[in-house]
Amino acid sequence: MNELRDAAPARPATINLAEEYAGSGVGDVLRQLDDELIGLAPVKQRIREIAALLLVDRVRSKFGLAAQAPTLHMSFTGNPGTGKTTVATRMAEILHRLGYIRRGHLVAVTRDDLVGQYIGHTAPKTKEVLKKAMGGVLFIDEAYYLYRQDNERDYGQESIEILLQVMENNRDDLVVILAGYADKMDRFFHSNPGFRSRVAHHIDFPDYTDADLLAIAEKMLASLNYRASDEAKQALAEYILLRRTQPLFANARSIRNALDRARLRQANRLLAAQDPELTLDALTTIQSADIRQSRVFQQKENGA
Amino acid sequence: MRITQGCFSFLPDLTDDQILTQIQYCLDNGWAVNLEFTDDPHPRNTYWEMWGLPMFDLHDAKGVLMELNACRKVYGDRYIRLSAFDSSHGWESVRISFIVNRPKNEDGFRLERTEAHGRVQRYATRAYATDRPEGKRYT
Repeated sequence: MNELRDAAPARPATINLAEEYAGSGVGDVLRQLDDELIGLAPVKQRIREIAALLLVDRVRSKFGLAAQAPTLHMSFTGNPGTGKTTVATRMAEILHRLGYIRRGHLVAVTRDDLVGQYIGHTAPKTKEVLKKAMGGVLFIDEAYYLYRQDNERDYGQESIEILLQVMENNRDDLVVILAGYADKMDRFFHSNPGFRSRVAHHIDFPDYTDADLLAIAEKMLASLNYRASDEAKQALAEYILLRRTQPLFANARSIRNALDRARLRQANRLLAAQDPELTLDALTTIQSADIRQSRVFQQKENGA
Repeated sequence: MRITQGCFSFLPDLTDDQILTQIQYCLDNGWAVNLEFTDDPHPRNTYWEMWGLPMFDLHDAKGVLMELNACRKVYGDRYIRLSAFDSSHGWESVRISFIVNRPKNEDGFRLERTEAHGRVQRYATRAYATDRPEGKRYT
């Protein structure tokens, strides 16, 4: 009976890899990724590699070769606002469509959700989160807070131990993604070597270039049904240049905040103008004045 | 004597794969899955001890199986059953319940006859297991 069943799917002599690729829908996933995320070349490169591996593994299994599911735990490091969280939410969908995880949901947690407040509280809490994340992606934001170096009786350690155990034993059930700022994550991995070796992919998110940021700004505006006039685009480009030199620059997040403020100013301007015939165009267009009123420009003038 | 309670109890014991499929069915329907255990096999014993809390908000059956394996580690010598509660309006009750773990040796039941008034006979079934104190019944 067993022999019969095993023999049934005849092994093909050759496989058309291009056909497999087209059939798997991987191409669509990657193209969508390219379209929707700006910059982030190393991240996209790594995702492409993972996709290729999963596809080749599938083909290998058709030939009856051993194909062990690769470890896909990842760590995302990078400066503030470089898209770590955005990519993580996207990653769950990507891995699901590549057929690596079964459900494709994302459970995003921080230290609060994993670590308890008293002895014996941590383990059930962590396990609860892990149970929810099964079949999907567990995203631990600011993972370095799990470990507090100055307090050796901190409950975070217990949480880390459980995480490590599940990451090892349930490799095909869930993917753990750790995210945080580069320097703090380095220290975290240094004091928890177990984590370092279980995380297969260390992906560093580079800062965005000025052109990237401008493209991101336009995309953000478009998603909110706004558009920037040509002068506003020019102003935005200048704004990015200036903002970068100032302290606490947080890449795309700074841009998002700037756009939020520009929308406030636009609304204020429209209200002040009291236009009896307000056009759709006026409602959706951000003018350069909305951006040039920013504190960033004023400081330049003060300094000059 | 093999206890037959709940679904699938006349079938051979479910394998973990089959259990996973059943759990996934429950989760896909939005039911909360519970694990309960006992060492009193009497059919009228409906209140089993719960292993942890009911599991809400899960997406994947593997999470439940993890708990089941943890429960088996501690209470592997007892009956463990899995039930799923449907909270939707109009149902608000357990929709499925089946045994996922049983002791190695199931002793079965003794029939006890009691002479009552006149020629009346009263019958009772008593599990041999319950002759021993709780916790030592199936070791």
